[in-house]
Amino acid sequence: MAAKIKIATTSLAGCFGCHMSFLDIDERLLKLADIVEFDRSPLTDIEHCGPCDIGLIEGGVCNSENVHVLREFRANCKILIAVGACAINGGLPALRNFFKLEDCLLEAYQDGIGVDNPQIPSDPELPLLLDKVRPVHEIVKIDYFMPGCPPSADVFWHYLNALIEGRDPTLPYELVHYD
Amino acid sequence: MSGTLCIDGIAVPFSDGQTIIEAARTAGVYIPYLCHRLGYAPYGSCKLCTVKVNGRTNTACTMPAADGQTVISNSPDLQHDRQRITQMLFVEGNHFCPSCEKSGNCQLQAVAYHQNMLDNHYPHFYAQREMDASHPDILIDHDRCIFCNLCVRASKEKDGKEVFGIAGRGIHKRLVINSPSGKLKDSEISVNDEAAHVCPTGAILVKRSAYLAPIGERIYDGHPISEVACEKAVIRAGEASGYPSCDPTKLTDAPQQNGGPDSHYAATMPPAPDIKHGR
Repeated sequence: MAAKIKIATTSLAGCFGCHMSFLDIDERLLKLADIVEFDRSPLTDIEHCGPCDIGLIEGGVCNSENVHVLREFRANCKILIAVGACAINGGLPALRNFFKLEDCLLEAYQDGIGVDNPQIPSDPELPLLLDKVRPVHEIVKIDYFMPGCPPSADVFWHYLNALIEGRDPTLPYELVHYD
Repeated sequence: MSGTLCIDGIAVPFSDGQTIIEAARTAGVYIPYLCHRLGYAPYGSCKLCTVKVNGRTNTACTMPAADGQTVISNSPDLQHDRQRITQMLFVEGNHFCPSCEKSGNCQLQAVAYHQNMLDNHYPHFYAQREMDASHPDILIDHDRCIFCNLCVRASKEKDGKEVFGIAGRGIHKRLVINSPSGKLKDSEISVNDEAAHVCPTGAILVKRSAYLAPIGERIYDGHPISEVACEKAVIRAGEASGYPSCDPTKLTDAPQQNGGPDSHYAATMPPAPDIKHGR
């Protein structure tokens, strides 16, 4: 039996909604499990990505850790896919791009209504925030894009099937959605 | 003058005074556009409708139809250019479809869907633009303005008011309001004005009209813009029903060498994919 195809997934500045949509392929997961194996992913708790065939990136890039994870995926994945609106254009988290980062922190941790013990988190363990949230294609080369908020389960199925069969993934009109 | 022109291998009749895009639309042949609107003077700012006319690049919305013209619209080169133009529109403004009430009814989004645009390609500007929600009935979200000038033209030519204007150039270009405060509430606009209803994106919205149609029943959920925009069913190259096909190499005596690979494209074009409805 041929070696299983390795897939890694991650959510950067995302809401895990795309991962939830991926799981919506439902019983098709069993078919997928026969031929693929998951490496680093919220589904496996593997901490670092080894060499993989396909990497799925949900979410945009909002902090230094996101940049490291994204580069780790690019270094290890033969094919890297931007999954969902946030990975493609920054999405909802990018709405903070219209405010100063300092103002966002002050509003969330110091001046906001109902804030107890106001202080800006500064633990060295915490990744530093970028001044702006960025789509993933501005940081690393991305091979394919899955639009949608989230992309429907059928979009995931279309892409994975095409790639596993060695084809370029394409989307029929009815599966192209930005919302 | 009337006659017949050849668009992507389809013989399209036209009547006196029609532009190429109007003749195409009447015949059910879709050429993408955003700044054009039926009943408005040709404008030609968005460049989406760029086609090759007898081998030369022209905007179909400004070019008068003429007998014997050979028009190439649906070539890989032109489709690629259209997608890049649309992507530039997406990164220049702030087009977050999931949080936009125009989503599903938006021409910009529908044009992008029609082009199978899956990413924005370019780095994002994240332009800083302020919203004007001052008017009781009409909202302007400048993030979504693509400077098509339709509201400017509607206000001037249809409403006789000149409420809108475009100021600045290049990256400083912006939609401005003709009122003492610069706010919409102090302008002469009324919710019944045509200018309040012509925006092809979600930049000018009538308040209290959002989300009336559920997902699945919005304009472009069931029908691609190629169907909605045309008065008749879409006719694609090679499957012309009701209109005879034409040989794009024979209808004109104009030199073809400027046309490049497009010139012979229509005859070899693969059929467009079947379009199914729903999500």
